[in-house]
Amino acid sequence: MALLDRDRIFTNLYGYQSWRLPAARVRGDWDNTSALLARGRDAIIQEMKDSGLRGRGGAGFPTGMKWSFMPKESKDGRPSFLVVNADESEPGSCKDREIIRHDPHKLIEGALIAGFAMGARAAYIYIRGEYIREAETLFAAVAEAYDAGLIGRNACGSGYDFDVFVHRGAGAYICGEETAMLESLEGKKGQPRLKPPFPAGAGLYGCPTTVNNVESIAVAPTILRRGAAWFAGFGRDNNKGTKLFQISGHVERPCVVEEEMSIPFRELIERHCGGIRGGWDNLLAVIPGGSSVPLVPAAEIMDAPMDFDGLRAVGSGLGTAAVIVMDKSTDIVRAISRISYFYKHESCGQCTPCREGTGWMWRVMERLRTGDAAVEEIDMLQQVTKQVEGHTICALGDAAAWPIQGLIRHFRPEIERRIAERGALREAAE
Amino acid sequence: MADRHPEPDTPELRARWGQFDWTGENAAKAREIIARYPAGRQRSAVMPLLDLAQRQVGAIDNTQGWLPLPVIEFVARVLDMPAIRVLEVATFYTMYNLVPVGRFHVQVCGTTPCMLRGSDAIMARCKARGMVKGHTTHDGLFTLTEVECMGDCASAPMVQINDDNYEDLTPERLDHVLDALVAGRQPKTGTQEPGRHTVEPVGAPTSLIAMTTENHDYRGEW
Repeated sequence: MALLDRDRIFTNLYGYQSWRLPAARVRGDWDNTSALLARGRDAIIQEMKDSGLRGRGGAGFPTGMKWSFMPKESKDGRPSFLVVNADESEPGSCKDREIIRHDPHKLIEGALIAGFAMGARAAYIYIRGEYIREAETLFAAVAEAYDAGLIGRNACGSGYDFDVFVHRGAGAYICGEETAMLESLEGKKGQPRLKPPFPAGAGLYGCPTTVNNVESIAVAPTILRRGAAWFAGFGRDNNKGTKLFQISGHVERPCVVEEEMSIPFRELIERHCGGIRGGWDNLLAVIPGGSSVPLVPAAEIMDAPMDFDGLRAVGSGLGTAAVIVMDKSTDIVRAISRISYFYKHESCGQCTPCREGTGWMWRVMERLRTGDAAVEEIDMLQQVTKQVEGHTICALGDAAAWPIQGLIRHFRPEIERRIAERGALREAAE
Repeated sequence: MADRHPEPDTPELRARWGQFDWTGENAAKAREIIARYPAGRQRSAVMPLLDLAQRQVGAIDNTQGWLPLPVIEFVARVLDMPAIRVLEVATFYTMYNLVPVGRFHVQVCGTTPCMLRGSDAIMARCKARGMVKGHTTHDGLFTLTEVECMGDCASAPMVQINDDNYEDLTPERLDHVLDALVAGRQPKTGTQEPGRHTVEPVGAPTSLIAMTTENHDYRGEW
């Protein structure tokens, strides 16, 4: 069954209407927010838990549970902070941008509610530096909310004081990692911290901090208004709710669209993207969750449910639901090699396996692309990805390893073919 | 890691930028920025202040702006930070230009989603117009950079030129944009696809159709 417009949370997703406060209010944002806050912290967190919402930034950690990790009250006078992760940089992901530039008040209202539920004194929204116009909109929307008394002192007349600040990044993918984001917010290079301590214990400025994705925060007000049961009515068990899917690559009509979780891949593409370019027989492979997850060959993805468990079952992941579609015209080795270059470029340089490994893996990938390699080097590359994976402070090393592992798993014959072809050419030349 | 090095520290550079200070307007902005962070945590303002400084430099030399070493040291003094800590930040984040750039910084996204939609042709057209990756054209108009995913994947391929994105590009549409900029006109920003508004499925909207004509309130249908 198709998701109905009335059940879509981001009704101004395409920006046909104004993002400003009066228009947002007509759409239902900031409607009696003080009543939502009056339910109390525990009730809000329970409702979020009951909704089954899992974090929308990629890892899929249950949002309500994350909020519950924050200290109930400060024993030593340290304040708590909410940090909203708007450093959307995962190749393929382009959903937070649409929320920020077209529905910013959903995010700001969500920040107030989430901040209240976890007892935070302020929220910092960390937006990637390249979202320049989007940040301008967000700054202006925050100013509108202050002027209307919705945030700041006695936010929404609730008696709760809550500030929202916007912080712009400056071009570093790694700052999307939560502890790198905190370092960056503190005015340092964005190099991830060792955990523990976890941010809920010692995060921004050494204070308890929760980092949430834009989409996770922006859906919270609607979940509270419509109830956990409504949200949990979409998607399979353990994969509840609606979700912004971002479909790019070789479909007839790429788009961002809010759909029900667990929608089968074929249905998602047919309903919203006009099908695969050149028809379904022309589909080669799909990267279903942003560049960090392994690709899935056409036959396995076609009927897979687009959710956390469904994509794990085909050896990949939902990630941010950034669906990169590749048809048979794609140079698949180059497509993955370009992702390897991305990780080489974005490695922060802190851990040796990643700093050295991402460059090494990219250089080998480039040789595999042209076939200028020995067949044994495929196994060596596989081995090196295993040595990078799991041996770094943050998950960037893993993210660099997985796409390559996926390529070798599914397209080894193609790599070997290129090596053989190149070898034959060389022999002929001699 | 991205290899990035600051412009060499020469007497000429010192003479040109050694006296750098905020304009009155930017001094007020800097105060407002520092106030966003808790007292004693003014170091958090280093990124926005570097951005502000880069923009002021850009306004002076009519380019996108960049960060000469004396300007980096100026920001360090403003925030009471060791200059090396500010230099670390300036070299770590790719949006800080460490060397002079042109009037228009043409940043072509080349990551896989854009690559699949034809970013090779966009890059080729830039080169055909005389741009060289990592360099500024002789007339000082264009600096060409290949950048990593800019988050416009559903309207790929794209370029970011200074503060604006141009999406759904073809080589011809790129020409149109660049020609307009050269002529001193502001081209339409965002998608260049006729009939497309933002990131909806072009020509065949599949959801939220009521929103295209009015600010529809769906709550009555809950």
